[in-house]
Amino acid sequence: MSRLSSKADLLRDLGKKALVTYIVAGDPDQSVTVPLMHKLVAAGVDVIELGVPFSDPEAEGPVIQRAHERALRAGTSLLDVMQLVAEFRNLDQATPVVLMGYLNPIEKMGYENFAQQASKCGIDGTIIVNLPPEEAADLSRYLEQHDIESVYLLAPTTTPERAAGISSRSRGFVYYVSLKGTTGAGSLNTAEVSGKVRAMKKIVKMPLYVGFGIKNGVTAAAVAHESDGVVVGSAIVDYMAFHENNIGELETSVVTLVQEIRSALDALVA
Amino acid sequence: MSDRYSGVNEKQPLLPDESGHFGIYGGKFVSETLMAALDDLENEYSRLKVDENFLATLNSDLEHYVGRASSLYHAQRLTEAAGGAQIWLKREDLNHTGAHKINNCIGQAILAKHMGKPRIIAETGAGQHGVAAATVAARFGLSCCVYMGSEDIERQSHNVYRMKLLGAEVVPVTSGSKTLKDALNEAMRDWVTNIDDTHYIIGTVAGPHPYPMIVRDFQAVIGREAKQQFASRQGGLPDAVVACVGGGSNAMGIFYPFLDDQDVRLVGVEAGGSGIASGQHAAPLTAGEVGVLHGNRTYLMQDKNGLIAETHSISAGLDYPGVGPEHAWLKDIKRAEYVAVTDQEALAAFRQLNLLEGILPALESSHALAYAMQLAASLPVEQHIIVNLSGRGDKDVPTMAKIDGISID
Repeated sequence: MSRLSSKADLLRDLGKKALVTYIVAGDPDQSVTVPLMHKLVAAGVDVIELGVPFSDPEAEGPVIQRAHERALRAGTSLLDVMQLVAEFRNLDQATPVVLMGYLNPIEKMGYENFAQQASKCGIDGTIIVNLPPEEAADLSRYLEQHDIESVYLLAPTTTPERAAGISSRSRGFVYYVSLKGTTGAGSLNTAEVSGKVRAMKKIVKMPLYVGFGIKNGVTAAAVAHESDGVVVGSAIVDYMAFHENNIGELETSVVTLVQEIRSALDALVA
Repeated sequence: MSDRYSGVNEKQPLLPDESGHFGIYGGKFVSETLMAALDDLENEYSRLKVDENFLATLNSDLEHYVGRASSLYHAQRLTEAAGGAQIWLKREDLNHTGAHKINNCIGQAILAKHMGKPRIIAETGAGQHGVAAATVAARFGLSCCVYMGSEDIERQSHNVYRMKLLGAEVVPVTSGSKTLKDALNEAMRDWVTNIDDTHYIIGTVAGPHPYPMIVRDFQAVIGREAKQQFASRQGGLPDAVVACVGGGSNAMGIFYPFLDDQDVRLVGVEAGGSGIASGQHAAPLTAGEVGVLHGNRTYLMQDKNGLIAETHSISAGLDYPGVGPEHAWLKDIKRAEYVAVTDQEALAAFRQLNLLEGILPALESSHALAYAMQLAASLPVEQHIIVNLSGRGDKDVPTMAKIDGISID
């Protein structure tokens, strides 16, 4: 069992809410990524989602699109992202790291080559935004051979039948996209999300984490009432954009936000 | 022709397969939120394409609103100049709005109506598909939002204003390379956000399944007419059919009814830009690699890290780094051949058609013309080539004037 499944199961057994954070690798440049990952862990993050920058991030809102553009301007390739994880592993062998991105860079690298390299670099899982389970059979085979877990997404538009099929193929956790829209979109109707999550929990047998629209401790706590954890992305990336020229400020603001969310989640189960 | 659109033709290969693939190409590579909408669209389309009311509405609009059938014209002076096989032009430039794009937009607008979606969105490069989408939105009382790269908005101000006159909102896209591929990304983002009330009219035979199939089916009217018109005018089948390929909808439309006629050569002409060797082109079938973009697996232009490459063509409508998955399949099984023509060759053909036939072709279609003339020169006079003249060139007059150093503002 990989670090990801073990961690997700452990948190659930402990009755603790999972905090997953997303940053784009190489944003604003590659020297920032690994130190920030360590700071995220110290601030209470359970799982790190590392965005792989892509030229056409079609599911992202403006905040994360610009992060992809900054990382690409800094010359960050898929191989670079994997090497950043290897560097992170020098000091941290415990925190699960999941790559989140789009299929084409992985196709270009070759499925088998990707799976081998990713495993060697200490990557635990993948979330590939534009790869639904129907198209994933070939890649999954290679990933499974190298003990890398595929996390799949559920959306508000997913039918109960589909949700059952998807959750049976997802490993580690299932990522519930809280709203119809792109990352960082609008404001969350937390009551509506809770209702949806309650319904999904009857179908999904594994840890269910909710992402999209979680901006602070208050929204995180509201959503985590029903879910097993939350994923925070745009809110963090927004601070990174604001402080891109002052890395000290960037780290401080991100850590402060993460600590606030951590406390709010812990208060729920205290 | 009472039956311009008759749905499935049993003789055609039954592709895409049930999961939306043409061999290894095509498929549904989209975020989970869109999966349900694609399933709904596929179900609704399967039902409607054999529905008599739907077909009656569609055929009536194709005849009375679009002005079909478009003529098949024997270009005798162009033929003489090329000095070989006979060149025939399928005059899609004569359609309402001046290009083949309207065939697909009419069909999809009626689909949107049947699905109860009051709003349509579209992406556009040169503005032809945007204008066609805005046109059908006005015709059917739908609200319309068109995404267009900010660079293209500058290059095609005439079409931008035309869309506004038609009541559409034109949204500039400033992300990425600020061109057609980015407009497509932005339209996908709109769709995922407004999925309950919005239908996305993709303008070409790309995107996730079922779009490549739906757009092909709506454009296949071009090939059905051409085949019938040629048979009644000349008898038999043409020796070759030539069409330009950006995303590939006009080519797929004219090729599709000829797929089973193995003696008919099918030639797709891509934008060679400054030449394939220069790297400055938009020819993924000629010089690209297999990858996944905009919901389907196909040939793409990309860099060594799998990032999508920027493309270059004099013609904004061919300036796209991907291509419809059915073309990728036809290339691999060798049923169609794909070549590239440079900006310069296309410009020369553009000028020749004006001077020799009094027809102003779109720069996109000029690529097909340029290759057809080369092909004609290599074939005997008894042979026949049909060229899909996919659009008229009024929109390109400012570009040409600029090249000629003439100010027309």
